[in-house]
Amino acid sequence: MVTIKQLQTEELFGPGQRTCAGCGASIIARITLKSLKRPVIVINSTGCLEVATTIFPNTAWHVPWVHGLFENASAIASGIEAYLKSANGGLEADIIVFGGDGGTFDIGLQALSGALERRHDFVYICYDNEAYMNTGIQRSSATPEGAWTTTTPVGKASPGKSGEKKDLIAFALAHHVDYVATASIAYWGDYITKVQKAAEIRGPALIHVISPCPLGWRFKTEQTIQLAKLAVQSHYFPLYEVERGRYKLNMNPHQYPLDDFLKMQGRFSHLFLPENAQELKTLKDQVDQHWSRIQELCQGKQPGW
Amino acid sequence: MKTVIQAPELVPMTGSEAVAKAVLQAQVNFIAAYPITPQTIIVERLSDLVAAGGTGAVFLNVESEHSAISACVGASLAGARAFTASSSQGLALMHEVLYLTSGLRCPIVMAVANRALSAPLNIHGDHSDMMGSRDAGWIQYYVESAQEAYDWIFQAYKIAEDERVVLPFTVNIDGYVITHSVESMTLVSQERINTFLSPRKAPFRIQPAKPITYGPVALPDYYTEFKRQQHEAMLQAAPVVEEVTQQYGELTGRRYSNLVPYALERAKVVIVSLGSVSGTVRWVAKNLRKQDLPVGCLRVGLFRPFPSEQVAHLLQDADLIVVLERALSLGSKCGPLASEVVSALYNHSKQPRILDLIGGLGGRDIPPEKIEQIFRAGLEPQSRPGLELEFLGVRE
Repeated sequence: MVTIKQLQTEELFGPGQRTCAGCGASIIARITLKSLKRPVIVINSTGCLEVATTIFPNTAWHVPWVHGLFENASAIASGIEAYLKSANGGLEADIIVFGGDGGTFDIGLQALSGALERRHDFVYICYDNEAYMNTGIQRSSATPEGAWTTTTPVGKASPGKSGEKKDLIAFALAHHVDYVATASIAYWGDYITKVQKAAEIRGPALIHVISPCPLGWRFKTEQTIQLAKLAVQSHYFPLYEVERGRYKLNMNPHQYPLDDFLKMQGRFSHLFLPENAQELKTLKDQVDQHWSRIQELCQGKQPGW
Repeated sequence: MKTVIQAPELVPMTGSEAVAKAVLQAQVNFIAAYPITPQTIIVERLSDLVAAGGTGAVFLNVESEHSAISACVGASLAGARAFTASSSQGLALMHEVLYLTSGLRCPIVMAVANRALSAPLNIHGDHSDMMGSRDAGWIQYYVESAQEAYDWIFQAYKIAEDERVVLPFTVNIDGYVITHSVESMTLVSQERINTFLSPRKAPFRIQPAKPITYGPVALPDYYTEFKRQQHEAMLQAAPVVEEVTQQYGELTGRRYSNLVPYALERAKVVIVSLGSVSGTVRWVAKNLRKQDLPVGCLRVGLFRPFPSEQVAHLLQDADLIVVLERALSLGSKCGPLASEVVSALYNHSKQPRILDLIGGLGGRDIPPEKIEQIFRAGLEPQSRPGLELEFLGVRE
C-alpha cells in the first residue's frame, strides 16, 4: 500500500475552495490529485464539488478541469479521451471524472454506461454522499433505505426513503469493466492504491467512494473521517475491489455495532422510534445481506476474465 | 485556335452523401453521432469513409444524441475540429447541450436534417426542430440544395472557428427533400479546399501544461457579461459570413449570401421562405413575372445572426409579404420566421401587410400550383390586418 511519503507534495486542488466544513468530496478530490503520477485532466459533473470550487473568477483546480452538465460528464470525457488518444497516438494524461451519486446513479447513468461500454481509458470516481446534497438533501437512488431526506420526509405515512440503495459496482461489472472498487477516505492508503491501479489499467475503471456529508447526514463537521471509518467497520459500506472479474475484500473488520453508526446521524434518528422498528430492521437486513453477498463473492472462486 | 472551356465534372449525390463527403474534406478529426431518420445516411456514409481508413478522423458511436454533442464538446475543448449530425427528437434531446456548446465557445458544426417533432410521430421535413433551439447561440444557415449543403460545411467551419466568432454552427438541410434527393454536384478538390480551410487553431485547448478551468459557475455578478460576449460574437459573425462567402465564391465560383432575393424590384407580393421550398417559389415567381405580375421572393439563408436590416431594406416596399413558414409557434401571433420579419420591419416607416402562412408541416408538399395561388390571391385587392396567420391547405 502507498505510504504518505510517496504522495505528491504539490497541491493541485485548492486551497481556496468553498465546500462545507467537514466535506468528504473535497478530501476525495485533493487526495485523488495527490495520487496520480501523470498529468491529469478532470471532468466534473454538476454537483457540490463543481459549484463549490469554480465560482468565477476563481478556481480551485490547478489542472485542466471541465464542467459541462449534470449528466454528461462521461460523454465529455469520452470525447476528450478519444480525440487526444487519436491526435497524440496515445494518452499522455490520466482522465478522471468526478460525479456525485445523483450525477452517477441517476441522471448520468446512461452516459456512464455508454462510456464504459465503449471502453474509454478513464477513471470514474463517484463521491457518494447518498443524496442530492447540492440542491438541499433530496433522495437519490444511492440513498439508503429509511433515510430522511427533504423529499423522503418522515411522517405518519412515511418512515423515510423506501427502497434499497442501487448497486453501482454490479452496474459497472455488467459492462465488463476491468477494475472496479469501493473506497473510503478514512482508509486513504487503500483509496490511493486503488486510484493508482485504476489509472494504470487500460480502459475504463470505476471507484465508488463513500463521502460523508455533515449537512445531509446530520452529524458534527469534525466527525467526517470517523463516519467514513465506521461506515466500513459497521459493514454498512464494505471495502472491496474487483479486478478482471475477481473479487477481493480489502477490509474484514469485526463488526462495529451498526446501531451506533446509524445513531451518529440525524438522518436515521427516526428509525430508533418504536413505530419505525420494522423500517430499521429492513435497513439492517439489507446491510447484512449485502455484506454476506460481498463476503461470499470475495471468498468464492471467481473465474474472472 | 479553339478555346476549350472545361465543364466542371458533375457527380450524382444525395444531400446526405454530399455532407459526409464535405465533412471529411474539411479535415474534421472528431465525429460523434447517433442515428435518427432522416439524418442516418450522413452518419452511415461517414462511418464508411472513416472505416475505409486514411481520414485521420475518430468516429464515436454513442448511446444518445445528448452524448453525441457532449462528446463533441469534449473533443472540441481538446482541440478537435468536431462534427455531428442530428434531426428532430435528436436535436431536441441535445437542447441543453446546445447552450453548453455555445457557452463554452466550441466551434462545432452540426448538420441538421430538419424534421417535424412528435407527437404525433412524423419523420418528414419541417423546421420545428431547429426553431425550437433557435436561441441556443448557434449560427444557423438553411440551405436550398445538396450542392449548398456540401459548400456550407466548409464555410461553416471557417466562420465558426474565426477568432472573431468562435461559435457553433448548424447547417440546416431539409429532411428527405435535400437529404435523400440525388443532385448533380460539383465537388471541390482537396487541394483547393486546403487553401480555403486551414487546420483548426485552438489556442485555449485542453493542455495539462496550461491548466484552464472550462465551464465554471458564474453567479449574478458575472453571468450577464458572459452572455453579452456571446451576443457580440454572434453579431460579429455577420461580417465574417460576408468575408468567408466572398472567399469561397472566388475559390469555386459559387458565391453565397445571407439572403437570396429574386425579382423584388416593384414587387407587390413577396414570399419569404427558408430552405428547399425556396427554389420552387423562385420558379413560380419567374413564371409569373413573365406574365408581368409584380411578384418576387426572398429566401432567408442565414437565420442566426438574423440579417434584420437587409431584410427590412429588401421588403419594405412590398404591399404584402407572405411568410411561407414550415414551423409553428403554438399560441403565438405568428411563427418564428414571421416574427423575425415583423421585428425587422418595426423600425421602418413603411410597414407592409404580412401573412404568415404555415405550410409544409411534417413533410406536406407545397407544389408550384399552391404557390401560384398564394401569389395570385395576394395580388387581389383585400383588406387584411397588419399581420395574420393562416394554415396552407389544411382540412377544416
